[in-house]
Amino acid sequence: MSAIFEVRNLKRSFGGLAVTNDVSLAMAPGDRIALIGPNGAGKTTFVNLVTGNLTPDSGDVLIGGESVTRIDAIGRVRRGLVRSFQVTRLFQEMTPAEHVALAVLQRDGRAGRMFGHFLAMPEVMAEVAELLGKLGLSELMHRRVSKIAYGQQRLLEIAVALALKPKVLLLDEPAAGVPQSDTGRIEQALADLPADLAVLMIEHDMDLVFRFARRVIVLAAGTIIFDGSPSEVTKDARVREAYLGSYANAGHAA
Amino acid sequence: MTMATMNDALAGAHGKGHKLGRDLAGLAVILGLAVVGYLLFPNNLALLTRMTAIALLVLSLDLVTGYCGVATLGHAALFGTGAYASGIAAVHFGITDPLLMLACGILGGAVAGLVCGVVILRAHGLPQLVLTIALIHLFHEFANKASSWTGGSDGLAGIAPDPLLGHFEFDLWGRTAYVLGIILLAVVFALLRLVVRSPFGMLCRGVKEDPIRIRAMGASPKLALMKMYVISGAVAGAGGALNAISTQVVGLDSLSFTLSAESLVMLVLGGTGSLFGALTGTIVFMFFEDIVSAANPFHWLTMVGALLIAVVLFAPKGLYGTLAGLAARRREARR
Ligand SMILES: Nc1ncnc2c1ncn2[C@@H]1O[C@H](COP(=O)(O)OP(=O)(O)OP(=O)(O)O)[C@@H](O)[C@H]1O
Ligand SMILES: [Mg+2]
Repeated sequence: MSAIFEVRNLKRSFGGLAVTNDVSLAMAPGDRIALIGPNGAGKTTFVNLVTGNLTPDSGDVLIGGESVTRIDAIGRVRRGLVRSFQVTRLFQEMTPAEHVALAVLQRDGRAGRMFGHFLAMPEVMAEVAELLGKLGLSELMHRRVSKIAYGQQRLLEIAVALALKPKVLLLDEPAAGVPQSDTGRIEQALADLPADLAVLMIEHDMDLVFRFARRVIVLAAGTIIFDGSPSEVTKDARVREAYLGSYANAGHAA
Repeated sequence: MTMATMNDALAGAHGKGHKLGRDLAGLAVILGLAVVGYLLFPNNLALLTRMTAIALLVLSLDLVTGYCGVATLGHAALFGTGAYASGIAAVHFGITDPLLMLACGILGGAVAGLVCGVVILRAHGLPQLVLTIALIHLFHEFANKASSWTGGSDGLAGIAPDPLLGHFEFDLWGRTAYVLGIILLAVVFALLRLVVRSPFGMLCRGVKEDPIRIRAMGASPKLALMKMYVISGAVAGAGGALNAISTQVVGLDSLSFTLSAESLVMLVLGGTGSLFGALTGTIVFMFFEDIVSAANPFHWLTMVGALLIAVVLFAPKGLYGTLAGLAARRREARR
């Protein structure tokens, strides 16, 4: 199948440190990929580079065969490349309903409308209620984000991304900070996504990774050291070494 | 529909009714205050009309500062451009119909909003604030130099508007101007309530809190801010035109740093991010200024300073913002 999303030889360094070092990968519609790697491996940086939040030193990013390397973050979202943030980025003064409604309206090109209120738009509210219901946020729909628990803010972060109906979805540690009892909701929401959507999820929780992914990519020190099936990944010597190394370092630092 | 979504739909419907009630209450308060003002100060309608014009400026400032988070010390540029546009239309082009003069002011203000927006929105934070100060000085200097059009430091005199709708003369007591101003303010207020609650208003609140999140939704923060600047310019321009029509003269002070700074003070005094706050701040500040400067012409600025410090320290959300917050908390406690 042809790639809906492709990255070619992406490079970026910070002060001499190559945080993304010649990364290439392709995703096809329907892909369910987990991107794993030790802390500081460059996973978030990779997402920032491909979404246009950071500029690469070199390399190319393509969406649906079109090069978007020179297109800004907004243009990439409009072409169907949507991300969630590892550290929640939400509007503290707004409600979950407002967040999802804004995403839905923006997706439909109506966020610039200067009259009417989303609560009075049944088709928008139907989508808002469905999505928030799926993530267990119905009760909190009209409460300000600053007044809801962090775990639930994490779920809202995902709801906003889903509301944009992406073609390629990049989730940066969606389950981090979500109580164990609620991670099932994330899994269910992901399971309900359209089959032809391509999803790449960064995640540290290996149980979640194994249940979700049909392909696992391991990033260490800015380079892809493994790209294959979930059953292979734990057996791979380089992967073990990378993780052991990072734990050894972590232990050393502490 | 599940039970939860039912409840939410109901909550939503309830919220809407509540908001509509507040809109009507807002209009009723404006009209009620207008009547009270007319009855209490029949000989001082000029002050009340000036207050109305300045209220439009402060509302306009609230749109960009309160709703979008752009701090500016140059907002009188939009007000003054509106004033000069309508004055020049009358003096140099013979457009003396007051509603047409108003339209010229609105247009002039919108264009000034576009120009200022293009310049100001290139920067962020402190540099942005400095740009706004630079702009107001440039506008002021330009108006000063173009004296064949603007009358320079003597002011643009000889503005003689026709009777309103061909019937109502702009009389010596300023009744016609007062009524025109109040109607204008009520209409603008109602329109702005619509705008700030619309999807666009929601987008702007998002831009204020986190432009990166807005971009990640595929929306352009800059475009939203530009649009808001143009709307803001139209509103400030309407205020400027009202001032030109009612006083029949336009001075350089309408395009000054002082007026810009004062309008920011009024907004902070009343409370940013709320149309009611903008109105409250204008009324309180201008009455205070009028009363205190008459009672003690030497120390009135000191008193204004003291009032402002007290508000910023003890009611940081402004007079209206703090009262509204207290009322909301009491309502929640009662539940
Ligand atoms: N803007 C930046 N300036 C300098 N260094 C940066 C910047 N962003 C990231 N880095 C560095 O790049 C490395 C990779 O960071 P990144 O956040 O991409 O890691 P990660 O794989 O997402 O880690 P984690 O699992 O902890 O989220 C880190 O060493 C980090 O300090
Ligand atoms: Mg990360």
